[in-house]
Amino acid sequence: MKNKIVIENLTLQYSDGTESLNGINLDIPANATTVLFGPAGGGKSSILRCLNRLNDLADVEKVTGKILLDGENILDLKTDVIALRRKVGMVFARPVVLPFSIRGNLTYGLELAGEKRKSRYAEAVERSLKLAALWDEVHDRLDDPAIALSGGQQQRLCLARSIALEPEVLLLDEPTSGLDPISTSKVEDALIELKKQYTVILVPHSVQQAARTSDYAAFFLEGKLIEYAPGTEIFTNPKKQRTEDYVMGRFG
Amino acid sequence: MQKDLNWREFLITRLIKFSGYSAIIFVSMIFFFLLKEGLPALSEVPLGDLFSTRWYPIESYYGILPLISGSILVTVGAGIIAVPFGIGVAIYLAEIAPRWLRNMLKPLVELLGGLPSVVLGFLGILILSPTLRVTLDLPTGLTALSGALLLGGIAIPTVVSISEDALDAVPKSYRDAALALGATRWQTIWRVTLPAARSGVLTAVMLGVGRSIGETMTVMMVTGNAPILAKGLGDLFSPVRTMTATIAAEMGEVANASTHYHVLFFIGLVLFLISLAVNMTASAIVFRQKKRAERVLS
Repeated sequence: MKNKIVIENLTLQYSDGTESLNGINLDIPANATTVLFGPAGGGKSSILRCLNRLNDLADVEKVTGKILLDGENILDLKTDVIALRRKVGMVFARPVVLPFSIRGNLTYGLELAGEKRKSRYAEAVERSLKLAALWDEVHDRLDDPAIALSGGQQQRLCLARSIALEPEVLLLDEPTSGLDPISTSKVEDALIELKKQYTVILVPHSVQQAARTSDYAAFFLEGKLIEYAPGTEIFTNPKKQRTEDYVMGRFG
Repeated sequence: MQKDLNWREFLITRLIKFSGYSAIIFVSMIFFFLLKEGLPALSEVPLGDLFSTRWYPIESYYGILPLISGSILVTVGAGIIAVPFGIGVAIYLAEIAPRWLRNMLKPLVELLGGLPSVVLGFLGILILSPTLRVTLDLPTGLTALSGALLLGGIAIPTVVSISEDALDAVPKSYRDAALALGATRWQTIWRVTLPAARSGVLTAVMLGVGRSIGETMTVMMVTGNAPILAKGLGDLFSPVRTMTATIAAEMGEVANASTHYHVLFFIGLVLFLISLAVNMTASAIVFRQKKRAERVLS
């Protein structure tokens, strides 16, 4: 199993000191779903936001350590952040559709990337919508405004929008927290397809979802990585007491 | 006790209701007064003469076209200055400047909006006009350009303040989403934040334009007040006279209920209709967008 991302001794502190990461070491394999789970304030979202450098905009006091993506340290000042974000797509907890049509949302990233060939657009729209399990529902109304979609459809549209850029890594920050069970299962099914091509990193909105979707799972508590193991082990036979307490629902 | 409370409740409700209605009553009363005093001008002066190009009331020339063109020229000039600059400042404050700098600069900009226009006119006469006359080599510095520059200055705080509010109200998640797709900061501002805030920005522009078309004191002081028909933007460098300045300058000396008096009210009526049209266009555009959004959400 090849490691796509290697996090070495990552420490992060916000300027108001609310949430931070403390000496995280984590190897994230390619073509698998790695879930980062744990109670709120554990640093899961902070890690995701480091992986595409979206934290650059937040009030971060300091970041130390390394994040190696294919062997390159992306925390390096020389990193081309824009190119990195095209390579590392992200889906947020609340679906954010941009004020364009459905098609416009999907091609926006390609336009930004300077893709000129219009034929590529149609191809990317269809491929990404199929992967996100949305094609059947919207293929005959691609020019409708995207806010006309339901919440679940919007979230899958956001997923498709990230896929359209053909990233190598997909970050998902509680992508189903606002969705009904049917939409949730559609998104989860889509993830199974997606991990064949991409490296998927998911912050689930419940332990149950973590157990359903994970190939590997990392348990975070108060900025520390408590346990990291294949999903089948961590949810059935956790090594650490804290992990077991959380998985069994004794706290959190 | 109970009775007392009911009585107070009754009084307060009535008072609030009265204040609400009074706003409508005042506007319609002003409008009817303008109609009553301005419309006789139409019967006293033939329409062809009224919309001719010579304004010289002492000899009964009542052509108001030079005044309308003067107002439009100065307002358009002010808009050309205030809109890009104002939106630029708003973008800088909302998107680029660090928070502490924004918190310091925005009140300063708003303070500028509270400056009495006569003070600006004063600066215009003493500093701006002579400078323009010398640098552009004009016969006089009291031109439409001076008026446009000062009005632009007056409109900028309005444009900045309202469009900054609109930009600031765009959810952070929009920016995150665009950035995560690989947009640069500029692409995010231009393609996502600004379109998302567009109805607020449009309101800002309209209020700024409305402010400059109704402005009187500054333009009276610096535009030279020559009622010459302006034919294009090239006339920015010659003196003009606006509708507002004409009313302000002549109303005090006119004989009550004379033709001249009625024509001045007619000019006021035209001004009223122009600002009404600007406001209605703005709200129609904003309303249309809102309706589309509502249709989409239902």
